[in-house]
Amino acid sequence: MKTRHSLGERSFDVLNIVLMCVLMIITLYPMLHVLFGSFSEGKELMKHEGLLFHVLGKPTLSGYRIILKNKNIWRGFCNSVGYVFGGTALNLLLTSLLAYALSRRHFAPRKLLMKLILVTMFFSGGIIPLFLVIRLLGLFDSPLAVILPGAISTYNMVIMRTFFMRIPNELEESAQIDGANDFVVYSRIVLPMSMAVIAVIALYYGVGHWNAWFNAMVFLRNRNYYPLQLFLREILIESNMTLASDNSMDFVQTNYSEQLVKYCLIVVSTVPILVLYPFLQKYFVKGVMIGALKG
Amino acid sequence: MTGTVVRAGNAHKRVNLFKNICTYPILYLMVLPALAYYILFHYMPMFGLVIAFQDYKVVHGFLGSEWVGLKHFRSFLGDAYFLRTLRNTLLISIYQLLWGFPVPILFALFLNEVRSKSFVRVTQTIVYIPHFISAVVMCSLIRTLCGANGPISGVMQLFGMPKTDLLGTARYFRTVYVTAEIWQEFGWGSIIYFAALTGIDPALYEAATLDGANRFQKAWHISLPGILPTIVILLILKIGNIMSIGWEKIILLYNPMTYETADVISTYSYRRGLQNLEYSYASAISFFNGVINLVLILGANAISRKLNDTSLW
Repeated sequence: MKTRHSLGERSFDVLNIVLMCVLMIITLYPMLHVLFGSFSEGKELMKHEGLLFHVLGKPTLSGYRIILKNKNIWRGFCNSVGYVFGGTALNLLLTSLLAYALSRRHFAPRKLLMKLILVTMFFSGGIIPLFLVIRLLGLFDSPLAVILPGAISTYNMVIMRTFFMRIPNELEESAQIDGANDFVVYSRIVLPMSMAVIAVIALYYGVGHWNAWFNAMVFLRNRNYYPLQLFLREILIESNMTLASDNSMDFVQTNYSEQLVKYCLIVVSTVPILVLYPFLQKYFVKGVMIGALKG
Repeated sequence: MTGTVVRAGNAHKRVNLFKNICTYPILYLMVLPALAYYILFHYMPMFGLVIAFQDYKVVHGFLGSEWVGLKHFRSFLGDAYFLRTLRNTLLISIYQLLWGFPVPILFALFLNEVRSKSFVRVTQTIVYIPHFISAVVMCSLIRTLCGANGPISGVMQLFGMPKTDLLGTARYFRTVYVTAEIWQEFGWGSIIYFAALTGIDPALYEAATLDGANRFQKAWHISLPGILPTIVILLILKIGNIMSIGWEKIILLYNPMTYETADVISTYSYRRGLQNLEYSYASAISFFNGVINLVLILGANAISRKLNDTSLW
């Protein structure tokens, strides 16, 4: 049966689609602007004003070439990859262990601990006491200071715990009758059955590490440990172009195409996430859904 | 009498806990690292806030520094910048709430009315993207777009306005900041409402159709009430966070020319603490901020619990 729609409803449909298209254009335009700019000729880009709908001058990769020659960008990139993998592994281990314990009914202090942990979501000491604690622990200027202060995100832990609690406990009970202890139940039963939620949480943590810069800025002095975002900040925000090139010959050229290099950097640093994004979208969205059903 | 009962109860609990530890020692070993994490990186900084009541000197440490009571709180209240930072904090948050909060809700309700499922999916995929752009890149993008030669200034000139560097002009800062925040987060923020919308029983819509309700009536009487609990919860969270706005981004966007409208309590505390090294003063500022925040979230939660039984905990 085909439903008939009144004229009013049909015109609403059309207007609604138009509205959504406008929203999509508004979302995409800033990114396209930078993408077009990054393939443009530096000189043309400097002179350009207003909106940009196409590549200026002959399409060129010169901006990208300047970036790829830059040692800081490479170093930052490698460090960031390290922080993403090392940090996420630590996050997953600590978060899942805690979430497991707090999801067990036979864990006597679970309610008290849960309260004490939730308190930290609503009140924190702030950055200065944290900074002093980091120094007290001797973590200042150590790569660990980038990873450890965010080792568990309470929000993610709650998502994981909710998921663990919904696993039917017949399996667990029969394992316990066979003499399995909690660690065996955790590693052989609960974790394998929770790969979906673990993938989601791993993605959240991973993206968080890739995008993070603030802790590194406050807790690190040694530039050898800087994540990519900190080098990006120097070049993009503080416009410190001397850092963008390694020798003085390049500097003349870099200065000339300052805007171009910035555009290329924005593209290069965002592309890793955007390339993976269509494949991972499903999982990210699932994470929000599980989070929405919290107990 | 009651005293002994309570004490007996406590003793009973303690024995239970001890028994529990002996029965499931591995479980306790498993939470140990997490426990250490929360103590070291959450509770120790919280206790570290005692330096707000001291003249903290690094050499004397947390315990050896001189106690000065409320001196730093008093001097913050009398600070020339106190009113400015308080005003900016509140205004930016309130604008964000006023303009930013309804957008994902309206977007979800409108997109929900689109019939083509593939169109819905494409739209969602596109509007979620900006959420994943890092703060540093996002702010650099804003700077590029808002420069005197940038596209936004270009569009403004089409409407006869003068060429302006938006981020160099104090009166535009809040507008730029709030707009950019909405651009980046409205799509992602709508997911939770889509989740709530899919949870609504389709029988309700069918019944309404039989009763002759049109789509606007269905959206108004079924969809909106269906996502109302979600809206309330998120509103509480937003109100509770009014005093803690994303200062990471403000640090990346503001400059001395725009401090007048951009400098918020947390950025001010950051400058005094980590750039001027006035640890105690900066801690007093963020303590003040945190307490107001806590009062706001408890208050919002209490009101919502009274009004419609929806509560965070």
